[in-house]
Amino acid sequence: MRRAFLILVPYTWLLALFLVPFVIVLKISLSDAAIARPPYLPQFDWAEGIWAFLAQLDFENFVWLTQDDLYWKAYLSSLKIAITSTFFTLLVGYPIAYGMASAPPMWRPTLMMFVILPFWTSFLIRVYAWMGILSNEGLLNQFLLWSGFITEPLVILNTNLAVYIGIVYTYLPFMILPIYSALERMDGSLIEAAEDLGCSRTTAFWLVTLPLSRPGVIAGCFLVFIPALGEFVIPSLLGGSDTLMIGKVLWEEFFSNRDWPVASAVAVVLLLLLVIPIVLFQRNQQKQQEADT
Amino acid sequence: MNRMSWFNTVSLTLGFAFLYIPMVILIVYSFNESKLVTVWGGFSPKWYGELLKNEAFLTAAWVTFKVAVASSTLATVLGTMAAYVLVRGGRFFGRTLFSGMIYAPLVMPEVITGLSLLLLFIGIGLDRGVLTIVLAHTTFSMCFVSVVVSSRLVTFDRSLEEAALDLGCTGSEAFRLVTLPIIAPAVISGWLLAFTLSLDDLVIASFTSGPAATTLPIKIFSAVRLGVSPEINALSTIMIAIVAVGVSIASLVTKYQMTRQMKEEQEAERN
Repeated sequence: MRRAFLILVPYTWLLALFLVPFVIVLKISLSDAAIARPPYLPQFDWAEGIWAFLAQLDFENFVWLTQDDLYWKAYLSSLKIAITSTFFTLLVGYPIAYGMASAPPMWRPTLMMFVILPFWTSFLIRVYAWMGILSNEGLLNQFLLWSGFITEPLVILNTNLAVYIGIVYTYLPFMILPIYSALERMDGSLIEAAEDLGCSRTTAFWLVTLPLSRPGVIAGCFLVFIPALGEFVIPSLLGGSDTLMIGKVLWEEFFSNRDWPVASAVAVVLLLLLVIPIVLFQRNQQKQQEADT
Repeated sequence: MNRMSWFNTVSLTLGFAFLYIPMVILIVYSFNESKLVTVWGGFSPKWYGELLKNEAFLTAAWVTFKVAVASSTLATVLGTMAAYVLVRGGRFFGRTLFSGMIYAPLVMPEVITGLSLLLLFIGIGLDRGVLTIVLAHTTFSMCFVSVVVSSRLVTFDRSLEEAALDLGCTGSEAFRLVTLPIIAPAVISGWLLAFTLSLDDLVIASFTSGPAATTLPIKIFSAVRLGVSPEINALSTIMIAIVAVGVSIASLVTKYQMTRQMKEEQEAERN
């Protein structure tokens, strides 16, 4: 009896507030936009029966997504931005994780805390902090002009470059932590063995350390790539009007154009796009767990 | 691995500089006298005064706080239940769907979660306001809580619970007297995580809030869209300070608990 209660309460909550909303999104993505309240047709009507209702649904919105090149350009550009910034996050994050894992054990918890601390700080504030740095009169340009590297201020804010910087900055902890935990578990004697057998330090890194840290690298890349793909805050604050990202398109479709069916269709396609990396990520984690036990 | 080469020192220094310099700049410029955020006009705390006079921000902060307390508490209860069911529940009908629904919100883009919840609320005719934001935040943060709590439940020795039951505890007594104290640190960190997630959320709150309830991130976002302002810097500084104090207290408490636990274990070994 009590077990049933324990299962039913969270189960019902998630069904009602997670699964049912998705069914609604799917349904509205198959409906037509209309000047009504709420602004789509058909409305469900018990009197007409469920088949009459289903017969009115169609894939028109999805056809529309393939015809208007705004949408597929936005999907492609989100993919490009997410992949590029994941790569740069890896380039920045790996040396930090490596440095942390090589630090004396006494320092490691403190270093860990300093990596996690920004995660507890508001995401919005961390993105906002870059607006003042990257703008034309911003501190970065002031510094570069003062030091004589440039004579004209660089335009960085409101370009894709600023979006890359924003993503690398805000998602860096997600990259560092899994790589660090992979490196920390590594047996140091393996490197010594490689060096004894005649490897140089660099070769030992490429042949021993890097392959052993691969699960951490893969986990970190997914943890950055998946949220970056649907990102909304960073492109809308740091990106320009030509920065196309699907999260921003969905937002504008919904709030500015008030086209709910198209916004829902965009959401459905974004979800389909995410299924592949999410499944791959799950498989990687499972393999990792099996290897551990 | 235990080698500190110049390369490691440099990468750590640069890495932490990259992580922290933007926030330091933000804090420094919140004490700027000048209205122009990029020009230093001398030290002044005047923007904090302006902030305290700004009714709209104060109201929004209060709404955000209420939402965060309510949703994180609800999420902790539901998430702990869900974790218990997942780890101890055994097999039941629809278990795969249940665990799927626990993990999916963790990777779901916020725009999709927000949109779907909004469509639900409109579908059932629920007026958007504090209640709808609480419902939305509870839903995604209970999943984070359940992940944190279940990782603790997995590692703990089940025979302790069984011993309590053998010694005459009822099921709920065993949970209250044995299980709960052991998983308490995970439950507390789950609550803290849910609280911060709720404080921080812009996208889902924007979809699910109505004109009657505006949260602080929504307010900040609409102000920031127009450009950088020293008042927002002051507000950010206050929020960073709260987080820093909270995290330091939390880490001190865990450190104290760990040393106490180690002492107890040592004593137990000696006896």
